[in-house]
Amino acid sequence: MVEQPSGAVAADERIQRQSALRRAFVRPELGAMTGTVLVFIYFAIVAGGTGMFAADGVMNWGVVSAQFVIIAVGACLLMIAGEFDLSVGSMIGFAGIVIALLSVHLGWPMWASIIAAFIVAMLIGMANGYLVIKTGLPSFIVTLASLYILRGLTIYFAIATTRQTIIGGVREAAAGDWLAQLFGGKIFGFFFTWLADMGWIATFQAGNKAGQPVVDGIPMLMVWAVALVIFAHILLTRTRFGNWIYAAGGDARAARYVGVPVDRVKIAMFVFSAFCATVFATCQVMEFGSAAADRGLLKEFEAIIAVVIGGALLTGGYGSVIGAALGALIFGVVQQGLFFAGVESSLFRVFLGVILLLAVILNTYIRRLITGER
Amino acid sequence: MADTPLIELIDIKKQFGPVIALNGVSVSVLPGECHCLLGDNGAGKSTFIKTMAGVHRPTSGEIRMNGQKVEFANPRDAMASGVATVYQDLAMIPLMSVTRNFWMGREPRKGWGPFQFLDMEKANRITLEEMRRMGINLRESDQAVGTLSGGERQTVAIARAVYFGAKVLILDEPTSALGVRQTANVLATIDRVRKTGVGIIFITHNVRHAMAVGDRFTVLNRGKTLGTARKGELKPEELQDMMAGGAELAELSGSLGGTI
Repeated sequence: MVEQPSGAVAADERIQRQSALRRAFVRPELGAMTGTVLVFIYFAIVAGGTGMFAADGVMNWGVVSAQFVIIAVGACLLMIAGEFDLSVGSMIGFAGIVIALLSVHLGWPMWASIIAAFIVAMLIGMANGYLVIKTGLPSFIVTLASLYILRGLTIYFAIATTRQTIIGGVREAAAGDWLAQLFGGKIFGFFFTWLADMGWIATFQAGNKAGQPVVDGIPMLMVWAVALVIFAHILLTRTRFGNWIYAAGGDARAARYVGVPVDRVKIAMFVFSAFCATVFATCQVMEFGSAAADRGLLKEFEAIIAVVIGGALLTGGYGSVIGAALGALIFGVVQQGLFFAGVESSLFRVFLGVILLLAVILNTYIRRLITGER
Repeated sequence: MADTPLIELIDIKKQFGPVIALNGVSVSVLPGECHCLLGDNGAGKSTFIKTMAGVHRPTSGEIRMNGQKVEFANPRDAMASGVATVYQDLAMIPLMSVTRNFWMGREPRKGWGPFQFLDMEKANRITLEEMRRMGINLRESDQAVGTLSGGERQTVAIARAVYFGAKVLILDEPTSALGVRQTANVLATIDRVRKTGVGIIFITHNVRHAMAVGDRFTVLNRGKTLGTARKGELKPEELQDMMAGGAELAELSGSLGGTI
């Protein structure tokens, strides 16, 4: 073996490969960022004059996007940890019915009902995780089972106790409740009143709300969405636990060998997914004033699609919360934007399918760039 | 070279149900020594190192560290005692950066209470330093491990183990999937680590790789130690024969016209 000057060997071996462009490309969020810009440009052109970008229009797609964001954040961390949760949609219906049953039917205080719903949902999330870990089965199958079990139980409980699948009267039960405010309230109302007074946003022209601004505050749903994104992003990128999430999804065995508590991390992410679903459910119940057993249908897939558009790999170990949030934003803007643009709304599903396919292909390509697979 | 072995495994036996995987294996490693463990597939190498690493508990036999009897309940236990293992294919997570891999499971943090965040600055700095010490100049420590070659990945894993206080380093066939040049790099790394006083157990079935860095050689066959030899006491051909169980291979390599 010929002795080479130290350093020279390794340095030149590596520098050749990565161009600046390619390095910029190899980010999980890149696809979603580009997609977001494109989507906004598109709708600015086709729906610019329809009020989509007026205050009430923004609030319209903003709320829808925020809903997607909340469940996408949970699905994102779980997917990076290497697992899926297909029971998110059923969990939304289930948690909503639990709140309504406890508060309206059994007369519990609203705060206690909400806390109970969170506890029950998170215990179910823990059971999902525990089953996946202990059986070694794919989470796809385990949570598919929970999807059916939870949905069935939700309808059963609703009918068995109230003879209907929709339970109303939640708004009345929630009146004045401190915890309900955290999910159903609005903040910064004064700010919008001020904006309307200054003539910067529109006011209602007729009806019993005449003179009030068309947007009367930021719904707590949006606050939750933003807060969850910030929390999850920091958790994932800046903490030790975040590194364990990547490791658990990247290669569970390798992670175990260096002492990462993989089982604990995965179960915690199932619980977090259930937590996000319950936040979604609670906000929805407070907004509608009722709970329905069929709420949350297909939400599990929408969450997963948003995460994949956001650049996460279905196989785990790679992804970003910001990307998932942008994926959810694309989702919300397109769904509502097509309505503003007057496009047949069934085309939304076509768009979704196409963009999902494109995203997965792009992600697979990025994965090859990173791992050097051919 | 001190005389008390860092780790000493005496007459280790391991049974899985009716299968006897190890039937009395004894190996020791001194500080700064590279002890090569050779054996053909199925000789019990994997079971043996997993016993040493705390993955399996021996059915009978004794493990001593610095002369004291020890028992490892799990890999964490073994690691805490200074026994680190670098597995051939499971060393690194390709999608994660070099730094994140390096610190995986032992990430440095700063802050207090619930607000403890990764100290990425320190993590990056130390990773670059340690890699440089091993002769690899990373351009940046946030590149994914997937962009490194197989030899470099092994080197990151070795550097990680050494940095976190490994006294005994078990290398599970670190060179078996590598090209010639990368193999040379990994062997050089082994040599470098050995000089710092770490004891190395080098598992391989390649006699030439073993001869290049080994101080002592132990051959396993069918769950038993065939014997231990010092450097220079055995010729490569003899080692090769012992590994494969002698006669048949001699015949085979004769018909092929050389050593396999």
